[in-house]
Amino acid sequence: MRKDKTKKAGISPRRFVQLACAALFNGYTAGFVRGRIFGGKSKLLCVPVLNCYSCPGALGSCPIGSLQAVLSDRNHSFSFYVLGFLMLFGTLFGRLICGLMCPFGLIQDLLYKIPLPKPEIPKRLDRVMRYLKYLVLISLVIILPQVLTNDYGTGAPYFCKWICPAGTLEGGLPLLAANQPLRQAAGQLFVQKVLILAACVVSAVFIYRPFCRYICPLGAVYSLFNRFSLYQMSLDGSKCIGCGRCEKVCKMKVDIRENVSSGECIRCGECRNVCPTGAIKSGFVVSRPDISKDKRITK
Amino acid sequence: MSRRLIITAALLAVSAVFIAVGAALGEADVVLMKAVNICLECIGIG
Repeated sequence: MRKDKTKKAGISPRRFVQLACAALFNGYTAGFVRGRIFGGKSKLLCVPVLNCYSCPGALGSCPIGSLQAVLSDRNHSFSFYVLGFLMLFGTLFGRLICGLMCPFGLIQDLLYKIPLPKPEIPKRLDRVMRYLKYLVLISLVIILPQVLTNDYGTGAPYFCKWICPAGTLEGGLPLLAANQPLRQAAGQLFVQKVLILAACVVSAVFIYRPFCRYICPLGAVYSLFNRFSLYQMSLDGSKCIGCGRCEKVCKMKVDIRENVSSGECIRCGECRNVCPTGAIKSGFVVSRPDISKDKRITK
Repeated sequence: MSRRLIITAALLAVSAVFIAVGAALGEADVVLMKAVNICLECIGIG
Protein backbone atom coordinates (compact mmCIF):
# COMPACT_ATOMS: atom_id res chain seq x y z
CA MET A 1 0.00 0.00 0.00
CA ARG A 2 1.22 3.49 -0.80
CA LYS A 3 2.02 5.55 2.25
CA ASP A 4 -0.02 8.63 2.91
CA LYS A 5 2.89 11.02 3.18
CA THR A 6 0.69 14.00 3.95
CA LYS A 7 -0.32 12.62 7.32
CA LYS A 8 3.20 11.90 8.49
CA ALA A 9 4.74 15.31 7.90
CA GLY A 10 3.90 18.33 10.05
CA ILE A 11 2.82 20.28 7.02
CA SER A 12 1.93 18.67 3.73
CA PRO A 13 3.54 19.81 0.46
CA ARG A 14 0.11 20.91 -0.72
CA ARG A 15 -0.45 23.06 2.36
CA PHE A 16 3.01 24.54 1.97
CA VAL A 17 2.24 25.55 -1.63
CA GLN A 18 -1.13 26.98 -0.56
CA LEU A 19 0.56 29.12 2.11
CA ALA A 20 3.35 30.15 -0.27
CA CYS A 21 0.82 31.22 -2.92
CA ALA A 22 -1.20 33.21 -0.38
CA ALA A 23 1.99 34.99 0.69
CA LEU A 24 3.16 35.49 -2.90
CA PHE A 25 -0.09 37.00 -4.15
CA ASN A 26 -0.31 39.23 -1.05
CA GLY A 27 3.33 40.13 -0.63
CA TYR A 28 2.92 43.87 -0.01
CA THR A 29 3.02 43.58 3.78
CA ALA A 30 3.41 47.33 4.33
CA GLY A 31 -0.13 47.76 3.02
CA PHE A 32 -1.58 45.93 6.00
CA VAL A 33 0.18 48.29 8.41
CA ARG A 34 -0.61 51.50 6.53
CA GLY A 35 -4.16 50.60 5.57
CA ARG A 36 -3.39 51.26 1.91
CA ILE A 37 -3.26 49.12 -1.19
CA PHE A 38 -0.34 48.48 -3.53
CA GLY A 39 -0.23 50.79 -6.54
CA GLY A 40 2.48 49.21 -8.68
CA LYS A 41 2.44 48.14 -12.32
CA SER A 42 2.31 44.44 -11.42
CA LYS A 43 -1.43 44.98 -11.04
CA LEU A 44 -1.60 45.08 -14.82
CA LEU A 45 -1.45 41.30 -14.57
CA CYS A 46 -4.21 39.04 -13.33
CA VAL A 47 -3.40 36.44 -10.69
CA PRO A 48 -4.92 32.99 -11.24
CA VAL A 49 -6.94 33.03 -7.99
CA LEU A 50 -9.84 34.86 -6.37
CA ASN A 51 -7.67 37.38 -4.54
CA CYS A 52 -9.16 40.85 -4.11
CA TYR A 53 -7.05 43.62 -5.63
CA SER A 54 -8.19 45.81 -2.77
CA CYS A 55 -6.48 43.52 -0.30
CA PRO A 56 -3.71 45.71 1.19
CA GLY A 57 -1.12 43.09 0.30
CA ALA A 58 -2.30 42.23 -3.23
CA LEU A 59 0.39 42.51 -5.89
CA GLY A 60 -1.80 41.48 -8.84
CA SER A 61 -5.38 41.80 -10.02
CA CYS A 62 -8.26 39.48 -9.27
CA PRO A 63 -9.46 38.06 -12.61
CA ILE A 64 -13.12 38.15 -11.60
CA GLY A 65 -12.88 41.74 -10.39
CA SER A 66 -10.94 42.67 -13.54
CA LEU A 67 -13.48 41.03 -15.81
CA GLN A 68 -16.27 43.04 -14.20
CA ALA A 69 -14.18 46.22 -14.31
CA VAL A 70 -13.72 45.94 -18.09
CA LEU A 71 -17.29 44.82 -18.80
CA SER A 72 -18.74 47.64 -16.69
CA ASP A 73 -16.60 50.21 -18.52
CA ARG A 74 -18.70 52.06 -21.08
CA ASN A 75 -15.94 51.77 -23.72
CA HIS A 76 -15.80 47.96 -23.63
CA SER A 77 -18.40 45.27 -24.08
CA PHE A 78 -16.03 42.30 -24.12
CA SER A 79 -12.75 41.61 -22.37
CA PHE A 80 -10.18 39.85 -24.52
CA TYR A 81 -7.53 40.68 -21.95
CA VAL A 82 -9.08 39.06 -18.88
CA LEU A 83 -10.57 36.20 -20.87
CA GLY A 84 -7.07 35.55 -22.21
CA PHE A 85 -5.69 35.27 -18.69
CA LEU A 86 -8.55 33.00 -17.62
CA MET A 87 -7.99 30.75 -20.65
CA LEU A 88 -4.26 30.69 -20.04
CA PHE A 89 -4.54 29.72 -16.38
CA GLY A 90 -7.39 27.31 -17.03
CA THR A 91 -5.57 25.59 -19.88
CA LEU A 92 -2.37 25.21 -17.87
CA PHE A 93 -3.81 24.11 -14.54
CA GLY A 94 -7.59 23.68 -14.60
CA ARG A 95 -8.97 23.57 -11.08
CA LEU A 96 -5.57 22.71 -9.64
CA ILE A 97 -5.61 26.47 -9.02
CA CYS A 98 -8.56 26.01 -6.63
CA GLY A 99 -6.95 23.11 -4.82
CA LEU A 100 -3.40 24.37 -4.63
CA MET A 101 -3.17 28.14 -5.03
CA CYS A 102 -6.34 29.90 -3.89
CA PRO A 103 -6.01 31.72 -0.53
CA PHE A 104 -9.76 31.64 0.07
CA GLY A 105 -9.73 27.91 -0.64
CA LEU A 106 -6.93 27.54 1.91
CA ILE A 107 -9.00 29.35 4.53
CA GLN A 108 -11.93 27.03 3.88
CA ASP A 109 -9.62 24.00 4.05
CA LEU A 110 -8.41 25.11 7.49
CA LEU A 111 -11.93 25.83 8.73
CA TYR A 112 -13.02 22.32 7.73
CA LYS A 113 -10.31 20.91 10.01
CA ILE A 114 -12.22 22.11 13.08
CA PRO A 115 -13.43 18.88 14.66
CA LEU A 116 -17.19 19.32 14.52
CA PRO A 117 -19.81 17.07 12.85
CA LYS A 118 -19.64 17.08 9.03
CA PRO A 119 -23.17 16.49 7.74
CA GLU A 120 -23.65 14.98 4.28
CA ILE A 121 -25.45 17.12 1.73
CA PRO A 122 -28.05 14.99 -0.10
CA LYS A 123 -26.59 14.07 -3.49
CA ARG A 124 -29.42 15.48 -5.54
CA LEU A 125 -29.39 18.81 -3.70
CA ASP A 126 -25.60 18.94 -3.96
CA ARG A 127 -25.74 18.30 -7.71
CA VAL A 128 -28.31 21.05 -8.28
CA MET A 129 -26.54 23.58 -6.07
CA ARG A 130 -23.28 23.12 -7.96
CA TYR A 131 -24.90 24.81 -10.96
CA LEU A 132 -25.34 27.94 -8.87
CA LYS A 133 -21.77 29.05 -9.53
CA TYR A 134 -22.43 29.11 -13.28
CA LEU A 135 -25.52 31.23 -12.67
CA VAL A 136 -23.44 33.62 -10.54
CA LEU A 137 -20.82 33.82 -13.29
CA ILE A 138 -23.28 34.55 -16.06
CA SER A 139 -25.57 36.92 -14.17
CA LEU A 140 -23.47 38.87 -11.66
CA VAL A 141 -20.09 38.79 -13.38
CA ILE A 142 -20.96 38.98 -17.09
CA ILE A 143 -24.47 40.34 -17.69
CA LEU A 144 -25.32 42.75 -14.87
CA PRO A 145 -22.11 44.86 -15.06
CA GLN A 146 -23.01 45.60 -18.69
CA VAL A 147 -26.77 45.99 -18.28
CA LEU A 148 -27.29 47.65 -14.90
CA THR A 149 -25.53 50.95 -15.63
CA ASN A 150 -25.76 54.54 -14.40
CA ASP A 151 -26.57 57.64 -16.48
CA TYR A 152 -23.01 57.69 -17.82
CA GLY A 153 -23.22 54.12 -19.10
CA THR A 154 -20.94 52.75 -16.40
CA GLY A 155 -21.85 49.57 -14.52
CA ALA A 156 -20.54 48.13 -11.27
CA PRO A 157 -18.82 44.90 -10.24
CA TYR A 158 -21.97 43.33 -8.84
CA PHE A 159 -20.43 40.05 -7.75
CA CYS A 160 -17.80 41.97 -5.76
CA LYS A 161 -20.37 44.42 -4.46
CA TRP A 162 -23.08 42.04 -3.37
CA ILE A 163 -21.45 38.68 -2.76
CA CYS A 164 -17.68 38.25 -2.74
CA PRO A 165 -16.67 37.14 0.78
CA ALA A 166 -13.01 37.03 -0.29
CA GLY A 167 -13.13 40.79 -0.90
CA THR A 168 -14.65 41.39 2.52
CA LEU A 169 -12.09 39.19 4.26
CA GLU A 170 -8.98 40.15 2.32
CA GLY A 171 -9.84 43.75 1.47
CA GLY A 172 -12.67 45.12 3.59
CA LEU A 173 -11.71 43.98 7.08
CA PRO A 174 -7.95 44.78 6.93
CA LEU A 175 -8.53 48.15 5.28
CA LEU A 176 -11.22 49.20 7.69
CA ALA A 177 -9.13 48.03 10.64
CA ALA A 178 -6.27 50.32 9.65
CA ASN A 179 -8.10 53.17 7.93
CA GLN A 180 -10.31 55.48 9.99
CA PRO A 181 -12.04 57.34 7.09
CA LEU A 182 -13.05 54.03 5.49
CA ARG A 183 -14.41 52.84 8.82
CA GLN A 184 -16.64 55.89 9.01
CA ALA A 185 -17.89 55.29 5.46
CA ALA A 186 -18.96 51.69 6.13
CA GLY A 187 -22.71 51.24 6.21
CA GLN A 188 -25.51 48.81 5.45
CA LEU A 189 -23.72 47.20 2.47
CA PHE A 190 -20.69 46.41 4.59
CA VAL A 191 -22.87 44.79 7.24
CA GLN A 192 -24.55 42.72 4.52
CA LYS A 193 -21.19 41.60 3.15
CA VAL A 194 -19.86 40.72 6.59
CA LEU A 195 -22.95 38.57 7.14
CA ILE A 196 -22.26 36.74 3.85
CA LEU A 197 -18.66 36.22 4.92
CA ALA A 198 -19.83 34.93 8.30
CA ALA A 199 -22.20 32.50 6.59
CA CYS A 200 -19.33 31.25 4.41
CA VAL A 201 -17.01 30.84 7.39
CA VAL A 202 -19.57 29.01 9.53
CA SER A 203 -20.71 26.73 6.71
CA ALA A 204 -17.08 25.92 5.80
CA VAL A 205 -16.64 24.40 9.24
CA PHE A 206 -19.33 21.82 8.45
CA ILE A 207 -19.26 21.52 4.65
CA TYR A 208 -16.05 21.18 2.65
CA ARG A 209 -15.40 24.35 0.63
CA PRO A 210 -19.03 25.47 0.24
CA PHE A 211 -18.01 28.67 -1.54
CA CYS A 212 -15.86 26.80 -4.08
CA ARG A 213 -18.52 24.17 -4.67
CA TYR A 214 -21.58 26.34 -5.02
CA ILE A 215 -20.74 30.04 -5.50
CA CYS A 216 -17.28 30.79 -6.89
CA PRO A 217 -17.50 32.13 -10.47
CA LEU A 218 -13.77 31.57 -10.95
CA GLY A 219 -14.18 27.91 -10.06
CA ALA A 220 -16.97 27.82 -12.62
CA VAL A 221 -14.63 29.15 -15.30
CA TYR A 222 -11.80 26.76 -14.47
CA SER A 223 -14.16 23.78 -14.29
CA LEU A 224 -14.74 24.24 -18.03
CA PHE A 225 -11.02 23.73 -18.64
CA ASN A 226 -10.44 20.67 -16.45
CA ARG A 227 -10.82 18.36 -19.43
CA PHE A 228 -8.28 20.16 -21.58
CA SER A 229 -5.76 21.45 -19.05
CA LEU A 230 -2.13 20.40 -19.24
CA TYR A 231 -2.29 19.29 -15.61
CA GLN A 232 -4.38 16.12 -15.47
CA MET A 233 -5.44 13.35 -13.18
CA SER A 234 -5.18 9.88 -14.69
CA LEU A 235 -6.54 6.51 -13.70
CA ASP A 236 -4.95 3.26 -14.78
CA GLY A 237 -7.88 0.92 -15.36
CA SER A 238 -5.66 -2.15 -15.28
CA LYS A 239 -4.44 -1.33 -11.75
CA CYS A 240 -7.74 -0.23 -10.23
CA ILE A 241 -9.25 -2.87 -7.94
CA GLY A 242 -12.51 -0.96 -7.42
CA CYS A 243 -12.05 -0.59 -3.64
CA GLY A 244 -13.76 2.83 -3.68
CA ARG A 245 -11.28 4.52 -1.32
CA CYS A 246 -10.80 7.34 -3.80
CA GLU A 247 -14.49 8.16 -3.76
CA LYS A 248 -14.75 7.93 0.03
CA VAL A 249 -11.80 10.22 0.69
CA CYS A 250 -12.86 12.89 -1.81
CA LYS A 251 -14.21 15.88 0.12
CA MET A 252 -15.48 17.47 -3.10
CA LYS A 253 -17.64 14.34 -3.58
CA VAL A 254 -16.15 13.44 -6.96
CA ASP A 255 -15.86 9.85 -8.10
CA ILE A 256 -12.75 9.90 -10.23
CA ARG A 257 -13.63 6.43 -11.59
CA GLU A 258 -16.68 7.91 -13.27
CA ASN A 259 -15.01 10.97 -14.72
CA VAL A 260 -11.29 11.49 -14.38
CA SER A 261 -11.62 15.06 -15.72
CA SER A 262 -14.64 16.09 -13.65
CA GLY A 263 -15.11 19.85 -13.54
CA GLU A 264 -15.72 19.56 -9.81
CA CYS A 265 -12.31 17.99 -9.09
CA ILE A 266 -9.93 20.54 -7.54
CA ARG A 267 -6.98 18.16 -7.97
CA CYS A 268 -6.12 18.09 -4.26
CA GLY A 269 -4.59 14.65 -4.81
CA GLU A 270 -6.14 12.95 -1.79
CA CYS A 271 -7.55 10.15 -3.96
CA ARG A 272 -4.07 9.58 -5.39
CA ASN A 273 -2.61 9.44 -1.89
CA VAL A 274 -5.01 6.75 -0.65
CA CYS A 275 -5.06 4.58 -3.76
CA PRO A 276 -3.61 1.22 -2.59
CA THR A 277 -2.36 0.21 -6.04
CA GLY A 278 -1.08 3.53 -7.36
CA ALA A 279 -3.68 3.50 -10.12
CA ILE A 280 -4.29 7.25 -9.80
CA LYS A 281 -1.63 9.62 -10.98
CA SER A 282 -1.49 13.33 -11.61
CA GLY A 283 0.82 15.77 -13.28
CA PHE A 284 1.54 17.66 -16.44
CA VAL A 285 0.99 14.56 -18.51
CA VAL A 286 1.25 14.66 -22.26
CA SER A 287 -0.99 11.71 -22.83
CA ARG A 288 -3.60 9.78 -20.92
CA PRO A 289 -3.52 6.22 -22.15
CA ASP A 290 -4.90 4.72 -18.96
CA ILE A 291 -8.61 5.11 -19.25
CA SER A 292 -10.89 5.28 -22.19
CA LYS A 293 -14.63 5.13 -22.59
CA ASP A 294 -14.58 1.38 -23.07
CA LYS A 295 -12.35 0.85 -20.07
CA ARG A 296 -14.18 2.78 -17.39
CA ILE A 297 -14.07 1.35 -13.93
CA THR A 298 -17.31 0.11 -12.52
CA LYS A 299 -18.08 0.31 -8.84
CA MET B 1 -0.61 14.07 -31.09
CA SER B 2 -3.89 13.41 -29.29
CA ARG B 3 -7.01 15.45 -29.95
CA ARG B 4 -6.96 16.73 -26.38
CA LEU B 5 -3.42 18.05 -26.74
CA ILE B 6 -4.30 19.80 -29.97
CA ILE B 7 -7.19 21.53 -28.24
CA THR B 8 -4.93 22.42 -25.31
CA ALA B 9 -2.31 23.91 -27.63
CA ALA B 10 -4.98 25.84 -29.52
CA LEU B 11 -6.41 27.23 -26.27
CA LEU B 12 -2.97 28.37 -25.17
CA ALA B 13 -2.39 30.09 -28.49
CA VAL B 14 -5.81 31.77 -28.41
CA SER B 15 -5.27 32.95 -24.85
CA ALA B 16 -1.96 34.58 -25.80
CA VAL B 17 -3.63 36.31 -28.75
CA PHE B 18 -6.53 37.46 -26.53
CA ILE B 19 -4.17 38.98 -23.97
CA ALA B 20 -2.28 40.84 -26.70
CA VAL B 21 -5.48 42.07 -28.39
CA GLY B 22 -7.00 43.11 -25.06
CA ALA B 23 -3.89 45.04 -24.11
CA ALA B 24 -3.91 46.78 -27.52
CA LEU B 25 -7.55 47.77 -27.00
CA GLY B 26 -6.73 49.43 -23.70
CA GLU B 27 -8.32 46.85 -21.43
CA ALA B 28 -5.12 46.44 -19.41
CA ASP B 29 -5.27 50.13 -18.47
CA VAL B 30 -8.85 49.70 -17.24
CA VAL B 31 -7.73 46.77 -15.08
CA LEU B 32 -4.77 48.71 -13.70
CA MET B 33 -6.85 51.80 -12.92
CA LYS B 34 -9.37 49.69 -11.04
CA ALA B 35 -6.73 47.69 -9.20
CA VAL B 36 -4.51 50.52 -7.94
CA ASN B 37 -7.41 52.42 -6.38
CA ILE B 38 -9.41 51.00 -3.49
CA CYS B 39 -12.46 49.31 -4.97
CA LEU B 40 -15.21 50.52 -2.64
CA GLU B 41 -17.70 47.99 -4.00
CA CYS B 42 -15.26 45.13 -3.39
CA ILE B 43 -14.74 46.01 0.26
CA GLY B 44 -18.42 46.63 0.88
CA ILE B 45 -18.61 50.42 1.01
CA GLY B 46 -19.47 51.61 -2.49
